[in-house]
Amino acid sequence: MSDAPLYGLLAEFDGADRLLDAARRARAAIADGALVHCALEAYAPFPVEELAETLEQKKARDPIPPAMLLGALFGGVGTFALEWYAAVFNYPINVGGRPLGSWQAFLPPAIEMTVLWSALFGVVAMLIGNGLPRVHHPLFAVPAFERVSSDGFFLLLRAGGANFDAPRARELLETLAPRAISEVPA
Amino acid sequence: MSTAPQDETLLAPGQTCASITGAVSAIALKRPGGWRWQAAFVAALAATLALGFAVSWLFVYGVGIWGINIPVAWGFAIINYVWWIAIGMGGTFISAALFLVRKDWRSSINRYAEAMTVCAVSVSGIFPILHLGRPWFFYWLFPYPNKMDVWPQWRSALEWDFFAILAYLIVSILYWYVGMLPDLATLRDRAPTLARARFYGLLALGWRFEARHWRRFETLSLLLAGLAVPLVFSVHSMVALDFSQAQLPGWHSTIFPPFFVGGALFSGFAMVLALGIPMRAMLGLHAYITPRHLQNLAKVLLAAGLFVTYSYITEIFMAFYSMDRYEVAVTRNRFVGAYAWVFWSTIVFNVLLIQLLWWRRVRASTTALFLISLGVLIGMWLERFMLIVTSLYRDFLPSSWGMYYPTYWDYIFLFGSIGLFSLLFLLFVRLAPVLPMFELRRLTPAARAVEEAA
Repeated sequence: MSDAPLYGLLAEFDGADRLLDAARRARAAIADGALVHCALEAYAPFPVEELAETLEQKKARDPIPPAMLLGALFGGVGTFALEWYAAVFNYPINVGGRPLGSWQAFLPPAIEMTVLWSALFGVVAMLIGNGLPRVHHPLFAVPAFERVSSDGFFLLLRAGGANFDAPRARELLETLAPRAISEVPA
Repeated sequence: MSTAPQDETLLAPGQTCASITGAVSAIALKRPGGWRWQAAFVAALAATLALGFAVSWLFVYGVGIWGINIPVAWGFAIINYVWWIAIGMGGTFISAALFLVRKDWRSSINRYAEAMTVCAVSVSGIFPILHLGRPWFFYWLFPYPNKMDVWPQWRSALEWDFFAILAYLIVSILYWYVGMLPDLATLRDRAPTLARARFYGLLALGWRFEARHWRRFETLSLLLAGLAVPLVFSVHSMVALDFSQAQLPGWHSTIFPPFFVGGALFSGFAMVLALGIPMRAMLGLHAYITPRHLQNLAKVLLAAGLFVTYSYITEIFMAFYSMDRYEVAVTRNRFVGAYAWVFWSTIVFNVLLIQLLWWRRVRASTTALFLISLGVLIGMWLERFMLIVTSLYRDFLPSSWGMYYPTYWDYIFLFGSIGLFSLLFLLFVRLAPVLPMFELRRLTPAARAVEEAA
């Protein structure tokens, strides 16, 4: 083992079911105090049901639905307010005595903008939540990790500071019977 | 590794995660385009250049180069616009609706259907702008603080339509692009040269397949699909309101929004088939786009066609039931007037031709499906011609009646727009992942085992 600082230890598994099983056992071991100063991450070429939940000790809050609701309100209320301001206050035109604030006619653009801004906020929330865009990541330096975008299933024990106990982490990963373990340089 | 039975009607037997990755990424990264792709590309490029030339001439000379006149002020430009944006409705709808109802057979077709939407909506947007007469002022449709101290007319369906197209174009691009991120990352990891790895790497935004990233991705996909379905209905309803807000007989009808949405989905599904069948043959995608996909699409096409037929019958019935002399006159004129051949051709293509799809043998023949879907696309174009021209050329006063004759410029714009659409789609096929690899991986036996255990 080298002395260079580690980003973490990466273990590869043979399939999604093996990875899910290993993630459950690693989570349990960490919860029992087998390893401290570390975080657990899993990587798979397609979304695996319950994998994300398995990695977390308590359920994380999902920022996307509230962000999309906020975007919807911003787009819908904002557009409606803009139309009302323009038609009633800033540029009132009397067309045969019809009401200036004809709100029914203002709804179609407001509905379209509700959907547009909701989608925009949702995409931005997904990217911010995932820490993207990000051009480089330490994992990309591991040659074996290239398989994650095809048929590789990986579990990462990420070092949580200088006190990360790499030999113990390796022992823990070995009990999970991975196909291979590689070091991820920081 | 445990396995579960694989649905062989959706994915050919023997496919694994690695084989899917290899086959799909090779289309973008390794395989040469082949003479058929190159020939199509050259033809599409030539038509696009013709369109570019025609647009330049339009800027110089004005919309007088078209056959539009008073009374028929809308002509080919609006026919083409409605035709293209309707085609664009099918892709996002089929992808999002099948996602919401959890149909596995969407996985092979959603990506290219979404790409088709993006290409078609982009092409459609050109026409209303060019039709403005002074197209360089198109941004006046947008509400912005200006020194003229004027605002758009919020009560106009044309203004609503501008917002609808804008929202639909951007949401369709987002839905398509976000769904492509994991597959762009797959291309990044397999790119043969550094330059291409950087190209796909920048597009993939650093996607790295983390479990929690996947969960946010799935939440977003679900919510975007939930937004996209009502968006499709609202956008094409706005297009219909451009017509029904007018007082003209044949247009001023509340049936127009649902009637237009039905027609839009009909032509959209037809285009999904018309693009999918040659693409499947050209790229050898038979393992992924199976006969079952094509047959399901054929059934959906038939269902949409029956809805359109029902709308035709309702429209005709309502014209006579209303006893409005102008409505009755327009409807009679469609049957036997100067443009009766357009009406009857529409009926042949959109009502009669699709009845062939009741037969299993027709649905099983790719040639027949391809020809029928082309027929539907032609029929839907003729339907827009019929709706626009037959209502405009004879309105209330005989003194303002007049015929409409398209010029050869009109045909250059029509075929040029087909060229531009084809060019965009051909580039998509060569540069982007044409099938959603990560979704297909979930259909492999190994992945199904986990889903069933979970």
